[in-house]
Amino acid sequence: MTMTKKLLTSAIASALLVGGAQAAISDNTVKIGYLADMSGTYRDLAGPNGEAALRMAIEDFGGKVNGAKIEVLTADDRNNPDASSSTVRRWLEDDKVDMVAGLVASSVTIAVTKLLEGTDSLGLVSGSAASSITNEHCTPNHIHYVYDTYPLANGTAKAVVQEGGKSWYILTADYAFGHALEGDVTRVVEENGGEVIDTSRHPFPTSDFSSDILQAQSSGADVVALAKAGADTTNAITTAGEFGLTQSGQTLAALLLFLTDVHALGVDTAQGIQLTTGWYWDLNEKTREWSDRFMEETGVRPTMVHAGIYSSAMQYLNAVKETGSDKAADVRKQMMDTPINDMFATNGTIREDGRMVHDMYLAEVKTPEESENEWDLYKILRTIPGDEAYRPLSESKCKLVSGSVR
Amino acid sequence: MSNSDNQTELQKTMLGQLKASQRKKMIFNLVVLALLILAPAVIYATFLMKILCFALFAVAFNLLLGFTGLLSFGHAAFLAAGGYTTGYLLSSYSGLTTEMGIIAGTAAATVLGLLFAIVAIRRQGIYFAMITLALAQLLYFVFVQAPFTGGEDGLHGVPRGHLFGLIDLENNVAMYYFVLAVFLGGYLLVQRIVNSPYGQVLNAIKQNEPRAVSLGYNVDRYKIIAFVISAGLAGLAGSMKTVVFQLASLNDAHWHMSGEVILMTLLGGTGTLLGPVVGATFVVNLEYQLSQGPLGDWVDPILGAIFVITVIAFRSGIVGEVQKFVKKNLN
Repeated sequence: MTMTKKLLTSAIASALLVGGAQAAISDNTVKIGYLADMSGTYRDLAGPNGEAALRMAIEDFGGKVNGAKIEVLTADDRNNPDASSSTVRRWLEDDKVDMVAGLVASSVTIAVTKLLEGTDSLGLVSGSAASSITNEHCTPNHIHYVYDTYPLANGTAKAVVQEGGKSWYILTADYAFGHALEGDVTRVVEENGGEVIDTSRHPFPTSDFSSDILQAQSSGADVVALAKAGADTTNAITTAGEFGLTQSGQTLAALLLFLTDVHALGVDTAQGIQLTTGWYWDLNEKTREWSDRFMEETGVRPTMVHAGIYSSAMQYLNAVKETGSDKAADVRKQMMDTPINDMFATNGTIREDGRMVHDMYLAEVKTPEESENEWDLYKILRTIPGDEAYRPLSESKCKLVSGSVR
Repeated sequence: MSNSDNQTELQKTMLGQLKASQRKKMIFNLVVLALLILAPAVIYATFLMKILCFALFAVAFNLLLGFTGLLSFGHAAFLAAGGYTTGYLLSSYSGLTTEMGIIAGTAAATVLGLLFAIVAIRRQGIYFAMITLALAQLLYFVFVQAPFTGGEDGLHGVPRGHLFGLIDLENNVAMYYFVLAVFLGGYLLVQRIVNSPYGQVLNAIKQNEPRAVSLGYNVDRYKIIAFVISAGLAGLAGSMKTVVFQLASLNDAHWHMSGEVILMTLLGGTGTLLGPVVGATFVVNLEYQLSQGPLGDWVDPILGAIFVITVIAFRSGIVGEVQKFVKKNLN
């Protein structure tokens, strides 16, 4: 009698225990949704290869967290916030996705993070540039991992001025992103004792930059800065290459340029351009080792976004393992408490506004003589320490930061 | 005597046939309505709402292309004008109820439609299409620059709010029935217009404009009214879409969107009431399915190929072809 009682109580107790353990990781599965541009302008910098990076991370992690399996769902964001919004809603409600990775176009990222706010799921933003994502649009449900516009302007402009580029000419794409970059660059240049001689604005998007480049050339400025992104930047660089802008002694500073862009342009056209990047495949032994594996998978060298997707997924899975939970609040706290030391970052930290702060690099595109192979593209001029590169919390408008200027 | 008997006989059978076909139509409509009401139990509600919003947009567009013979290549402007107006008002003035925001968005698109129509209506064919495209592009750049649209980041976090201050629209099912009601309202309005004497005049203009002029109709005025109604309904679709997704973005204003609605309408069948609805369902669904799978890269080429095949081989679209088939084989 007592025996059966004992058996029964122990059975009930163990059942409860098992039940408790299962409740920690919801439905005993960690589901990751990968949302990125798979078919449009941002395909190369994130796209299908970003999914490969994510799968590499899961494989390296062992495919399971605390016995719970890891599943990946993929969707094309079509660079369209409506389409992305309905995809992610469905992921959250029907598929119970725990983490959304990728996230490229800023409009898509802001739409998705607004949806995530208040749920138990976390967004790890690797592709977007807008610094507003951790400023006025910050939420407790996302982390912005790789880079943003603040260090792009800050890093490049400051370094170039300090190296003697005192007078600036800015070519701006006439939309909010371009204006923000132009404003940041102007501020940084003037703070460091430089001067912006002139700016010219062109509608977004533009394919013919010849008159802008000629104006910039005849302005006699030391530095010509491109406050724009994507095809606008590459078109302007191609035109600048045809007019021999850098060969005539001016410095060309691209504020947002990805490795895949430079690869497509080729060193002949892109040589001498200075830019800020969050990561480069040829930094050290660790980055090279990982990039070799990535290249075996995909046939190309990774961009900083690919590396960021891998690294952030690793950090996420580690945090899930440590806390035994896949709730956004628990995982995010654990990730904030753990410094990031891997192939992507050294002593990277995640702040309360969701910004992952890590060292950035000022790079220059190699000349054809210096470049040894098609992916040997950058030489790193200097390292910009993370707390110098990113927007300080004292300037933050984020509601999660106490004493923000909101 | 026997002659008149025959006539009444004939009238009776014709009347009977008419009644039978009306009954058939009635049953068909009821079945469709029942399916629409039950749909959210099976299919994901947000997705259905997206389809309904685009279907309303395509129905509005078809009033022009299918029933008046005007090809507007700038309808995205109205969708976006409705969306941005509603989004801006609802997120800036918390006292505003949702339906007021939607009405304001529709009104903005209607006024814009009148302005577009006054400029564009004097030209026909390709010139008309190009003028509407140019005006829509002008407006696109306004949306890119204007501070209230949030530029390329878009307008986010629009509250869904309460309908009439009572029904909580955060609830997806409540939202769905609201969207369904608005869609049916828009659809029935277009159906009523098409079957009214005014619609008959539009049809006459479509088939032979000089003849309509010679009959004494002020053709320009008829066309302007049709254009304005179409713009207003497109704006209504945009407003609903903004409330459903809680955001308004530049994608709505881009000329791609003007092209997409043409694709939806042609694919479904121009000049049929149901065509644009079927077309919108097809296109939205196809885009969704492709974006989830490994064929993500191929969305645009596949849509392009379907468009070309439809235009070459199935000129009257899905609904048009089905109607032809039914007429040929079943009657």
